[in-house]
Amino acid sequence: MTVGVLALQGDFREHLAMLRKIGVDGVEVRDPGQLAGIDALVIPGGESTTIGRLASIYGLIEPIRSRCLAGMPVLGTCAGMIFLASSTAEGDQPQLGLLDACVRRNAFGRQVASFEADLDVVGLDAQMHAVFIRAPWMEKIGADVEVLASVMDDRGVSHPVLVQQGRILATSFHPELTADTRLHEMLVALIEQA
Amino acid sequence: MSSESPEVGTDKVKRGLAEMLKGGVIMDVVNADQAKVAEAAGACAVMSLERVPADIRAHGGVARMADPARVEEIINAVSIPVMAKSRIGHFVEAQVLESLGVDYIDESEVLTPVDTNHIDKHAFIVPFVCGAKDLGEALRRIAEGAAMIRTKGEPGTGNVVEAVRHMRKLSNQIAWLTTLGADELMNAAKEIGAPYDLVKDVAASGLLPVVNFAAGGIATPSDAALMMQLGCDGIFVGSGVFKSDESEVRARAIVEATTFYQDAARIGKVSRNLGEAMVGIDIDELSPSEMMQNRGS
Repeated sequence: MTVGVLALQGDFREHLAMLRKIGVDGVEVRDPGQLAGIDALVIPGGESTTIGRLASIYGLIEPIRSRCLAGMPVLGTCAGMIFLASSTAEGDQPQLGLLDACVRRNAFGRQVASFEADLDVVGLDAQMHAVFIRAPWMEKIGADVEVLASVMDDRGVSHPVLVQQGRILATSFHPELTADTRLHEMLVALIEQA
Repeated sequence: MSSESPEVGTDKVKRGLAEMLKGGVIMDVVNADQAKVAEAAGACAVMSLERVPADIRAHGGVARMADPARVEEIINAVSIPVMAKSRIGHFVEAQVLESLGVDYIDESEVLTPVDTNHIDKHAFIVPFVCGAKDLGEALRRIAEGAAMIRTKGEPGTGNVVEAVRHMRKLSNQIAWLTTLGADELMNAAKEIGAPYDLVKDVAASGLLPVVNFAAGGIATPSDAALMMQLGCDGIFVGSGVFKSDESEVRARAIVEATTFYQDAARIGKVSRNLGEAMVGIDIDELSPSEMMQNRGS
């Protein structure tokens, strides 16, 4: 079993370290040809405009889309979530359009508003410590998207920050910056279900 | 399902933003138009400053934080993180930049220092990046609260030689620490002028505890890939983009060379027909007082 990590920009090395920790082979993916050898894909945190632009130039968008539409599990964190979604509240940028959601970028605010918090997650016994960095949230989600965790903003409105749609997992936060490997284990479990 | 006890300004979120910038290019910009060009070219962040280093070098005088109106214009023009430079030791410039909502402050030797003391960066919620010529300097800045390090290089020269020297020295000193026994680390800390606890951490991990970018003199796609192959986590380009012909094409080429830094054919492809790079300066023609890297240490 091999899990690819999209390595165009961002904290892909931290995701590779998480995969090592749970005993799974991880490989960096920069070229469409490398998609053939992987059973699941992680799209890391980073700058979604940079990642989207490079993915578009290097012809990765359609190949990733078709693998995922054919059932390959995928985990997107922060910029990865934005890249997976169908649209952003701000407008045009290259996206995969696999996750039926409209995402608002930097929704929790600029860097001075970046925060850490403990989340209750559907299906998990213990809370998850989550690191949010200039984090996005999901504004509109489709009927097939299940909300696994939410965060209240400062006006008391609740926003989804961890969702699942079939074999797609997406987070506003960065599990790869903590020691908590449970989301990576969920991704691997999705391969085994396939 | 609400969050409990959200915490802002932690080391984790300060260092975390730098983690997200890795593998990317941060470009110096002096106005909103340049910021938009940088964003469209795939920059992972922009650095707001009054004048690019080459102009500071050419015009002389005191170089200060950018006009807050320009910084705000840039913040409003792009969706990527906006960094801004403060003078070394000028904690009020840093306070102003934090109040404007910049995402990172570069306490930078490119501007004219106001103090031999650096800013107490732990006192801020906004994270800081600082320059370093060697490991001791990097660890002193980290002890003061820097959440990201960059090589100093020699800014505004279009000459990457000093960035290479600083990166090699940093890597060699980290490798050296890992060879020492526990009983040698206090002397090592004294020798490089770094806090003992951080020296112990680096000796154990073989890594700098924060992200380290290359900066100072990077002018071409090959320069960027060189610094990446030497082990930097990402690239700052100062005067290199907007002091050259065909800024947009060069900006895109430097971004692509940074992503595909191990792919010589690709670097060659993006380097074709870029026009004139910025005019370079031989470091030997600079007197020690003209060298920005000697400011703050």
